[in-house]
Amino acid sequence: MRFIRAWITPLIALFIAFAIGAILMITQGSDPVKAYQSLFTTAFSTQEGLAKTFGKATPLAISGLAVVIGLRAGLFNIGAQGQLISGALAAAWAGYAITGLPMIAHVPLCLLIGGFFGSIVGYIAGALKAYRGIHEVITTIMLNSIVLQLAEYLSNGPLKEEGSIIARTPEVLDTAKIGSVAGLPIGFFLSGLLALGVWWIFKKTTTGFRFETVGKNKNAAWYAGIAVKRNTVFAMVACGALAGFGGAVETLGVVGKFEPAFNQGLGFDGITIALLARANPLAVIPGAILFGGMRGAGPTMQFSAGVSPEIIDLILAIVLFFVTAPIISRILKLKNDTTTQVTSGWGSN
Amino acid sequence: MVGVVTKMTKSVMRSKKTIYLYLVILAIAIAYTINSVSTVAVAASSITFGLPLAMAAMVGIMCERTGVVNIGIEGTLLTSSFFGFFVAALSQNLIWGLIAAIASGAATGLLLALLTVSWKMDQIIAGTIVNILATGLTSFFYKQGYSLPAIFPRWSIPGLAEIPFLGRVLFQSGPITYFGLIFILVLYFAIYHTPWGLRTRAIGEHPSSADTSGISVLRIKYTNVVIAGAFGGLTGAYLTLELVGSFDRGFSAGKGFTALAIMIFGRWNPIGALLAAVFFGFAQALANQLMIDGLVNIPGPFINMLPYVLTIVVLAFSAGKVRGPAAAGQPYEREKA
Repeated sequence: MRFIRAWITPLIALFIAFAIGAILMITQGSDPVKAYQSLFTTAFSTQEGLAKTFGKATPLAISGLAVVIGLRAGLFNIGAQGQLISGALAAAWAGYAITGLPMIAHVPLCLLIGGFFGSIVGYIAGALKAYRGIHEVITTIMLNSIVLQLAEYLSNGPLKEEGSIIARTPEVLDTAKIGSVAGLPIGFFLSGLLALGVWWIFKKTTTGFRFETVGKNKNAAWYAGIAVKRNTVFAMVACGALAGFGGAVETLGVVGKFEPAFNQGLGFDGITIALLARANPLAVIPGAILFGGMRGAGPTMQFSAGVSPEIIDLILAIVLFFVTAPIISRILKLKNDTTTQVTSGWGSN
Repeated sequence: MVGVVTKMTKSVMRSKKTIYLYLVILAIAIAYTINSVSTVAVAASSITFGLPLAMAAMVGIMCERTGVVNIGIEGTLLTSSFFGFFVAALSQNLIWGLIAAIASGAATGLLLALLTVSWKMDQIIAGTIVNILATGLTSFFYKQGYSLPAIFPRWSIPGLAEIPFLGRVLFQSGPITYFGLIFILVLYFAIYHTPWGLRTRAIGEHPSSADTSGISVLRIKYTNVVIAGAFGGLTGAYLTLELVGSFDRGFSAGKGFTALAIMIFGRWNPIGALLAAVFFGFAQALANQLMIDGLVNIPGPFINMLPYVLTIVVLAFSAGKVRGPAAAGQPYEREKA
């Protein structure tokens, strides 16, 4: 019964969102059956489509996990986007600038560097939250824009590929590339392992327990002797490291270089996935696969049914709305099962 | 009314702020004698860049004073500039665009009020929903190839517009600029000197006391959040119909979040927020002018990130010291008898 209750709201939300999407397609004179059919057959039944789906799902899953850690620790990490970009760019740099390493050392090094740069961005937001009481939503949004501008500057200036017209870094070396197994990118298996890891941290370790206690009740956590500020910073650093790692996986496994336009919106989809998964790390994976399929195959709807791929943005926004707003649970008379309470004041803790 | 004004003037004269005011005037005078053209340009752009931030900050102030944290200002700006632009472009009439912008802004306010006041949702998540829905809607329905018939013309106010410096900076602006500035002053007066303001502040600080004294908490919360949304809609109309004259995906570019920083920097006080916003506008205008005059060569991305960096720096130095309305962020639930 508990199982059904946990899944029913997200499923109904998805259903409603697809229904509204269909209505919108009809008003625009397109055939929704055809559009959805091409979307899902491309995404989930062709070899090429599956590779694309799981390629897209990988960074989505990891940034979703980054948001999940935040939510569990009472932080609303809107900054997965910026953390991911800094990780992606750093990994791209490490991928082409560091030479002479064997693959077994180069790939992990690039991933670590990506994670490290992501964690710096997370640290800034976490420290400002813990020691200055500035809400992480504001700082992470601002950091998203700052990181994007910095990345644009770097990939169009110091780190630009020689002779390239558009802003992008050189291709990473072959020793830094993550390949695929049986048509599925290895990065995706990494994201699965990470999901298990995050689940394990919250299930079995004191670190996870501290995060959750701080997230549920700061005063109680303080009274129990938990260093609230340090754990807040630590949680944000973990979010940032994870998202940066996700960006690195995207660079090394899918894109092969850094291009500012490529990673747009991944972090925001991560928020929707995390809330759809009700902050459960294991549920992030199926959510990411679904979203990855929709993102990867969205453009094919344009060919087959004349639907602009931005419909996916709208469908995902509607999913988020119905998952978080207590409409469905009210109608079904479920106990009010709000996932999270992340509000705190601007100038206080 | 006259008494209030003299009292306000007196309190201003007595305070330390007078010194700062003189310093600012002195700095402007020196800059004006050295290079009058650039000084006027920077001052005028400070207002142009600062005004939308100040107006958006008013949305935040009106909401937070009644205990509703509004992270969704960005969504309000995006939605209203979208509707403002496309209604004006399709009807080839700016007035219809203006009305559509205000109405759609009010609709986002209504959505936020429904989620936070009636359904008592987490206010941060509710605001994020407004933002993400706005992004989804505007990017799906966005179509290229439309243009406005014109933008709102500048109105020179006879007499005032001829004053050196001030005339060019303040009195040769568009209609929404004048209205926005007047609204900010009126809001300041209303918050501190009217029954509505007293009730609003009471709800923001201690809603159950306000309820006990017979104030209709939920009704005032709804009214304020919706009016704030409508004013946010006017801000969107300013951006697209008076300032830029076009619309693009992601048009609001984070102004709604910067506005929240300005609200905090201005200590939830309309005049304070206006000054803070002009300061933000000044920083950007100065950087632009230095580039135009060829005095410095800063790469474009660094100019673009200036408002965001300023937001974080300003918050880092001011947020710990100021205190917002005590009940902001908490849903109000009447105790059961």
